[in-house]
Amino acid sequence: MSAPLKPSSLETLSRPSGLAGLAADWASDQRAFKNVSWGKAMMWIFLLSDTFIFGCFLIAYMSARMATTVPWPNPSEVFALEIGGVQVPLILIAIMTFVLISSSGTMAMAVNYGYRRDRRKTAALMLLTALFGATFVGMQAFEWSKLIAEGVRPWGNPWGAAQFGSTFFMITGFHGTHVTIGVIFLLIIARKVWRGDFDTERRGFFTSRKGHYEIVEITGLYWHFVDLVWVFIFAFFYLW
Amino acid sequence: MAPVEAHAEQQHHPIKLYLLVWGLLFVLSTFSYLVDYVGLQGYLRWSLILIFMVLKAGLIVAVFMHMAWERLALIYAILLPPLLVLVFVAMMVSESTYVLLTRLLFFGAAP
Repeated sequence: MSAPLKPSSLETLSRPSGLAGLAADWASDQRAFKNVSWGKAMMWIFLLSDTFIFGCFLIAYMSARMATTVPWPNPSEVFALEIGGVQVPLILIAIMTFVLISSSGTMAMAVNYGYRRDRRKTAALMLLTALFGATFVGMQAFEWSKLIAEGVRPWGNPWGAAQFGSTFFMITGFHGTHVTIGVIFLLIIARKVWRGDFDTERRGFFTSRKGHYEIVEITGLYWHFVDLVWVFIFAFFYLW
Repeated sequence: MAPVEAHAEQQHHPIKLYLLVWGLLFVLSTFSYLVDYVGLQGYLRWSLILIFMVLKAGLIVAVFMHMAWERLALIYAILLPPLLVLVFVAMMVSESTYVLLTRLLFFGAAP
């Protein structure tokens, strides 16, 4: 077999940093990402492509909202919940935001314990993250059912511009799908961590390759991205 | 034999840092919710929403996703391309105002 192309961390440390490092890394006629494994680099590149997908959705929403002659439904009122006889604006969305941020916090700690090879704490924190994620999806299902019961459809709604429903279902639906996939991803990796696959170097069922605790960080990248997208949806769709 | 995958530089940071960022994200989210709760309107509302949004996104990418500790080669490869989305936004703002204008001209104030 050919010699490993893997850089040692020594090589990384001896490379120039800053802009000179940027030029040197990209001009090295080899791999550009010197101290990043292929798994992590590919996750970042996938997330970049996903950024464009969500970017296009939000731009479509912006275009629809800017071009309509009919008033846009006020999200503050549409997403209000009645608690104790008082209308609290956006309260469910605010709770969903806090749930997702908390899941990001537990995920970041899971990555940290993963690199300390503490498999019990890592798995537990990943399961907690998945639980927060599932809670988020559950609350979104509640929100969808409530809006559908109130008459919101992709082609119209009782309060104003017809495009409100289509953009809402499209954007939050796609985001909810991402969260759901993330929960499944988390559960699969948490099971591997719990079983000690990365300590015993057990080979994966699909790739037949040994895994590393780095997969926890890669899963974390995806999960934080889901949270990141929600930050933008929260700002542009719910608050604007 | 295939070489054992060398680990990328592992990200070792104190838990305290994550808890701090977690707390900051909670505070910033509360602020952005308060923008709506208090009912601010107009440019003040929009700029506050954008500021809190950018701060939250920056914290998540820099600390939770460890971008702050990566080499510039990766940072620029991932963070520069999304700026092109802003060009698309500018194009669609121009397009949308035109669509609105034609709708008002040809269909009257209400369709």
